[in-house]
Amino acid sequence: MSKVHVTTTINGEPMEFLCEPSDTMLDALRGPLGLTGSKEGCSSGDCGACSITLDDRLICSCLMLAVEAEGHRIGTIEGMAKGEHLHPLQQKFLEEAALQCGICTSGMLVASEALLKKNPDPSEEEVRFWLAGNLCRCTGYDKIVRAVMETAQDMRAQ
Amino acid sequence: MNVVTNNKWIGQRTIRPDGVDKVTGRAAFAADTNMPGMIWGKVLRSPHPHARIKSIDTSKAEKLPGVKAVVTARDIVDFPIDKSVMLGIQDMRWMCRNVMAREKALFPGHPVAAVAATSEAIAAAACELIDVQYEVLPFVIEIDDAIKPDAPILHEFNKYDGKPSNIAGKLEVKKGDVAEGFKQAEVVIERTFTTRPVHQGYIEPHACLVSVAADGKTTIWSSSQGQFMVRAMTAYLTGLPQSDIRAIPAEIGGGFGGKTIVYLEPLATILSRKSGRPVKMVMTREEVMRATGPTSGSKCTVKIGARKDGTIVAAQGTFYLQAGALPGSPIRGAVGCSFSPYDIPHVLSVGFDVMSNRSKVAAYRAPGAPIGAFAVECVLDELAEALKMDPLDLRLKNAAKQGTKAAHGPVFPRIGYIETVEAAKNSDHYKTPLGKVSGKLRGRGVASGFWFNAGGESSAQVNITEDGNVVVTTGHPDIGGSRAAIANICAELLGIDYRRVSVLIGDTATIGFSNLTGGSRVLFASAIVVTQSTEKIITTLRERAAKIWEIDPEAVKWENGAAHPASPNAGEFPPLTLADLAAKAPAMGGPIGAGVQLNTEGAEGGFGTHVCDVEVDVDLGIVRVTRYTAVQDVGRAIHPSYVEGQIQGGVAQGIGWALNEEYIYNKQGKVDNPGFLDYRMPVCSDLPMLDCIMVEVPNPKHPQGVKGVGEVPLVPVMAAIANAVYDALGKRFYALPMSPPKVVERLEAPTQQAAE
Repeated sequence: MSKVHVTTTINGEPMEFLCEPSDTMLDALRGPLGLTGSKEGCSSGDCGACSITLDDRLICSCLMLAVEAEGHRIGTIEGMAKGEHLHPLQQKFLEEAALQCGICTSGMLVASEALLKKNPDPSEEEVRFWLAGNLCRCTGYDKIVRAVMETAQDMRAQ
Repeated sequence: MNVVTNNKWIGQRTIRPDGVDKVTGRAAFAADTNMPGMIWGKVLRSPHPHARIKSIDTSKAEKLPGVKAVVTARDIVDFPIDKSVMLGIQDMRWMCRNVMAREKALFPGHPVAAVAATSEAIAAAACELIDVQYEVLPFVIEIDDAIKPDAPILHEFNKYDGKPSNIAGKLEVKKGDVAEGFKQAEVVIERTFTTRPVHQGYIEPHACLVSVAADGKTTIWSSSQGQFMVRAMTAYLTGLPQSDIRAIPAEIGGGFGGKTIVYLEPLATILSRKSGRPVKMVMTREEVMRATGPTSGSKCTVKIGARKDGTIVAAQGTFYLQAGALPGSPIRGAVGCSFSPYDIPHVLSVGFDVMSNRSKVAAYRAPGAPIGAFAVECVLDELAEALKMDPLDLRLKNAAKQGTKAAHGPVFPRIGYIETVEAAKNSDHYKTPLGKVSGKLRGRGVASGFWFNAGGESSAQVNITEDGNVVVTTGHPDIGGSRAAIANICAELLGIDYRRVSVLIGDTATIGFSNLTGGSRVLFASAIVVTQSTEKIITTLRERAAKIWEIDPEAVKWENGAAHPASPNAGEFPPLTLADLAAKAPAMGGPIGAGVQLNTEGAEGGFGTHVCDVEVDVDLGIVRVTRYTAVQDVGRAIHPSYVEGQIQGGVAQGIGWALNEEYIYNKQGKVDNPGFLDYRMPVCSDLPMLDCIMVEVPNPKHPQGVKGVGEVPLVPVMAAIANAVYDALGKRFYALPMSPPKVVERLEAPTQQAAE
């Protein structure tokens, strides 16, 4: 079986890659594209460690075929900071210790950014339900929820 | 020892050194490293719970284009049954049989062969071409079945009471005379409890990349709770000398005890040696669930007797813990920890290590202790009710304190257990009435817990850079923020900004032997070796300043990151900063650095007391934790955020264990829920904020007063929740998990069932 050529946009940059027809977007990101910030925890869409955005919509990259990226815009954790300037969520996660081992952190941040774009003033319950697709085994979510809510507050104040 | 006071950095919520890499996706975890020429390894696993392996024919697989190497048990160093070879708490006889089935396949998922090929797909296809002839044997899954006289026996060599048995071991601790003790009791409660195996649930599956050169020099990149463990076990199982293996610790995506042994590294090493290519292996989630971890399921009977005034006079516990298919369940934790929060004159605590056709258990956060505490703390709740006492007052009346002799041996020094109970009692949470809500029943429960904590071997190297900054290297994988705490300590001692201290985890070739990240030992032990290394550096810095000033080193003090002349020379010379002395180093005796390697001692046990509110939806059987307060004696919180993080994470795992998590087996003896959808760990919307109260009773045997904090917070949780559910429903659950179907079943039962 020959590989498929895909033309897409990743974190604002035009990109091309080759993949097997059966490869997931996560396979392509971590393989030919060398973007290993998206993590594979389950490959069944249950853990959210591979969260990315597809045309600004939050998805699990393990549930999307790589060929489906053709002509679309993909956003990953690697595109979240602008140069040396961290996104306010990234900065707040550091200040609030909203990570321990860090394996879920990429997905948590991508999902949280998608939430705040959609809802700049989420309640605690809204944050908890939005992030219910992102498993974290280390933190008990307490500091993650606090960091997201505090960032939302900071960003609204700006 | 001098306890540091007036801290600038200790106790501060500083930014962790590895933080930016982890929020930008740059951090390299186990599966994130690749090499030129790399090929992929896959494991063929047994479909049977119990089967003799009659033959393995790999010839078809070897002929498949793209296949570069095949491994079977013949390639793994055998450790014969008659001679135990221990590595820490692991016996290599069992490790060699766990990484690859030898005489028999002992659980579904047990590796029987492994293949390396140019792609994952080819490796998987090659696995299917391996012809394994099995003689399928009767299997046994549950404890009660495994200890029956006619049970299928996993290992004929294993004898108990002189007969082949699935009981692999017995452990007993004793204090006083328990029979005599119960004679003095006016109220006695005895209950039997069961818990199900639960997985550690780290989000990062096991993974490794191994490259073996033609001369045998081997490099391993993998995530584990100990690169030195990886090196030693791989050496044992492959026959390579440890000096030929360099084990590089990747960032680790969670462990909780489950990454204290190897699964893939020896297989990848042999595949790489045979193929001459670097080999990468990554487990799927299903493989993680079937073949790694979990912790034991259990059956425990606890009997506690007290006088009418609430004085506990005797306690007895019998703890049957599942080992999985090979010996080694954490009976030590169940037997030793369960009664430790209490000063009880007569104690008998007995544990049995029971094998069955399940995956071999691995350590899980305070191994064994949460299982025992679930039973003991629920019985105490019933005892408090029978005595008409507040359950925290019952605990206070019987609390262990300085001078109490624990049943497992030690006499406690100054400990903070009483403080945790008092803080729980005085918390807003405990003082606030539960209130009512329509359609749901509310309840509140409390429980306490203890974990031994640990010291052990640690190494550190502290170097001053030529521009006067600091690089600290230690040997323990950092899972929860230990690098941040080490930076705080080193900066505090040197009197410099913590951002000038880089903290790295060395590999097995660049730092001295350091034992596992486990037992809540990392910060306790690292802080000792880093403190001693830094103190040596400060001595050097003072000596060099003294030489420059031509005064006695004793007349130089180190303060605020600089050498200052002390009286009688005070003020005579301008201070020499770390940067000044680093710049002058070449002329003053050379590079500045110091390393210390120690077998650290003085780890003292940790105690916690938890308060939990639940709300039960009586129609759906859903138990929700609505408020949770965990109080813990943390010794000294070097970095409070990461101490709280440990407490909150432990509580969340306990909530999962109590309410949902369990291995479900089908009739064929196979795990039926090997994924995150059906193995239901707590998600964000399941939990409330998790409040922490850190009680600081410094460990008198540690330079900063540190006690381990990582494991205690899991110990009391299941009992606190079960006691809260009882308070809500008036019905006690003696079995975990209290999942919706089980709660509904219980609520619909016509009458309350008496406890067994």
